Amino acid sequence: MKLSAVFLLLLLGIAQAVAELSDPRDERRFNELAKTLRCMVCQNQSIADSDAELARDFREQVQKKINEGQSDTEIISYMVERYGDYILYRPPFNMVTAILWLGPFILVIVGFLMILRIVRRQEQPQADTEQQARLRQLLEKSADSGNESG
Amino acid sequence: MVPEIGHFALVIALFVALVQTIMPMLGAYRGIPELMAMGKPAARVQFLFIAVAFFMLTLAFIENDFSVAYVAQNSNSALPIEYRISAVWGAHEGSLLLWVFMLASWGLAITIFSKSLPEHFLARVMSVMGFTGVGFILFILMTSNPFDRLIPAAADGRDLNPLLQDPGLIIHPPMLYMGYVGFSVAFSFAVAALLGGHLDATWARWSRPWTTVAWLFLTIGIVLGSWWAYYELGWGGWWFWDPVENASLMPWLAGTALIHSLAATEKRGAFKSWTVLLAILAFSLSLLGTFLVRSGVLVSVHAFASDPERGVFILGFLVVVIGVSLGLYAWRAPSVHGGGRFEWFSREMLLLANNVLLMAALAAVLMGTMAPIVLDALNLGKISVGPPYFDVVFVPVMLPLVILMGIGPLVSWQAGDARPLFKKLRIVLAVSLVTGIALPLIAMGKATLMVAASTTIAMWVILSSAQYLRDRIKRNVGNKGLSAGVYGMVIAHAGVGVFVIGVTLSSVFSVERDVHMRVGDTVQINNFVFRLDEVKPVRGPNYHSDMARVNITRDGEQVAVLTPEKRTYFIQTMPMTEASIDTTLLRDLYVALAEQRDADGWALRVYHRPFQAWIWSGPLLMALGGILAASDRRYRVSARHILQARRKTASASVSDGAQA
Repeated sequence: MKLSAVFLLLLLGIAQAVAELSDPRDERRFNELAKTLRCMVCQNQSIADSDAELARDFREQVQKKINEGQSDTEIISYMVERYGDYILYRPPFNMVTAILWLGPFILVIVGFLMILRIVRRQEQPQADTEQQARLRQLLEKSADSGNESG
Repeated sequence: MVPEIGHFALVIALFVALVQTIMPMLGAYRGIPELMAMGKPAARVQFLFIAVAFFMLTLAFIENDFSVAYVAQNSNSALPIEYRISAVWGAHEGSLLLWVFMLASWGLAITIFSKSLPEHFLARVMSVMGFTGVGFILFILMTSNPFDRLIPAAADGRDLNPLLQDPGLIIHPPMLYMGYVGFSVAFSFAVAALLGGHLDATWARWSRPWTTVAWLFLTIGIVLGSWWAYYELGWGGWWFWDPVENASLMPWLAGTALIHSLAATEKRGAFKSWTVLLAILAFSLSLLGTFLVRSGVLVSVHAFASDPERGVFILGFLVVVIGVSLGLYAWRAPSVHGGGRFEWFSREMLLLANNVLLMAALAAVLMGTMAPIVLDALNLGKISVGPPYFDVVFVPVMLPLVILMGIGPLVSWQAGDARPLFKKLRIVLAVSLVTGIALPLIAMGKATLMVAASTTIAMWVILSSAQYLRDRIKRNVGNKGLSAGVYGMVIAHAGVGVFVIGVTLSSVFSVERDVHMRVGDTVQINNFVFRLDEVKPVRGPNYHSDMARVNITRDGEQVAVLTPEKRTYFIQTMPMTEASIDTTLLRDLYVALAEQRDADGWALRVYHRPFQAWIWSGPLLMALGGILAASDRRYRVSARHILQARRKTASASVSDGAQA
């Protein structure tokens, strides 16, 4: 999981509001936060990369709260309370979104179980497989040519 | 007259496509050679008429015929000629005409390059291609006619969306559509094979080059789109997990899985029914992407619900295509027997793992794209799914795939020998570790554990691919030389490594500064000093612009002069950012002009993005690999040769196990 974080940082160039955050650590926090909040009036942009009035306003709000010493969780829950889950680019985990979060991983597990079954089934001894296969091929071929002419 | 000719040509094309759908299929069913033979000429005539329609629309744009509603909405007399031409596919109606034009071009290509196909098979392929054509031409004529007249004619046009007035956007849509639509060929081959019961290695061999070519166009199309977003949106980002981007990524992932599964089917006769399912899936996802982008459902579920005509048509077509092909699959595929046996450690096994991981990654993108739409439609709440979700779900699924990629090609079919392989790869692994750690240290002067881990994985893919190539060359001494396919695979896999290096270093070590500058002010990033020399007004053909000149020096020596612009187009007045970028192999210097703050002060966004060019180079290498693989000589030999070769390999049996 941690490894993935490397790739994660990739997605957006972050524009910081003209540096009003003196501490570089705060600035980094702000950049990370701004990327996860949606500019709700834009087509599909975070507040970090939108020129919209609303995005600018949200950026200022977040900055103010960081300066007030609020934690990330506090800021996020404040935003969600006011604007709903829609503002979060990281959807919450609940009954409805469980499949969204777990689905791909379940698919990996199911997929590998299926492979397991395929190989297991193959391992069961089959009498004279090569000859069988050849026979089957012959049968298929004659069936094919039957189709063609019919 | 021009639009009427275009409209009329489209109507004729519809009837030709109908003939192309019905006659060859009937012929194949009844065994009437004359009817089967109608497929080829019908596809050619259909292409001709659609080309005429396409040309007429282009002509209407070139001639500034603002009595055509679509031209009036998307062009302007001041628009430069190259953008008047690309404006043809600048909006909904024209995009669909481009879609149909690409489809007809693929149909034409089949008639040219498939001399070796048996007539029954070809007839069915032409029929399925024809059916897809009927669906989309009908869609254009019924809901999205680009030739509709505007009465009275407009004095001038409303201009092309300024975002699209860009060289990248001239070629991005045609490339992307070539790829999207190209999967229709693999789909037609799959359906034809299911109908005729020829689901065998020969079918896979016929499908492979077509699938690879479609895939490589899609790859180039996606890269161009990403590159465009990078320099045109002005935020330094290159992938936003936007639903429109996801719509193109989904068929790409399915297509990638299909390419690999086809290899196993062709070489070993393995996973036939799975491969055919993937071919159906890849094209279905292309259709789903078309639905998502073209129905308006992405903009707002509610807007879609209130004006559903277009969306419902594509959705209906999607349901018919998926329903019929899956029904056919359920009916015919169970009778397809699996290929030869294979053991735990074998190429087949690794290809299956590849497919499982790609399908899981695809599921993440599919669910991430559809969940907001579905939940909203069911009134279960409005949610957003963005980068934080994909970082946590998509990336961990793709990483193991990249690791496996290093081993896959080196393992033999049927039964690989693990011990000598690991002995050999021990050295590769050690070298990957050393270079993987050294790379960020040397290039960036620092590294974290995560960075080193991912550059190591990237080096692993590149070096093990090189090792594979070395092995193959060594084993081939005295022979006639390696096939283009081998080089293609090695280059494509190495491209993945290049991409991973670019993504890692660019994302972790990029530095962004958002600054307020007056003329003469400087800002420093790493060793680069950016100085704002001037901002002056510039007049373009259909916009005016403020152009800054930013001089960049490093240790007193000049590196580059960048000229970012802030444009305002005359007609659609929204301001556009034109970033200016200096690219070298090791870094991008990127300056975007944001907005004027006061009389002589401007807000600028300045970026130093290391290894950014590797992000595009990687996928371009993948596409190059695709070109080489598709050009492999063996796809061009005639059917008789294929049959002879098959007999020979059958008698040679397992001895060639390791040959890809």
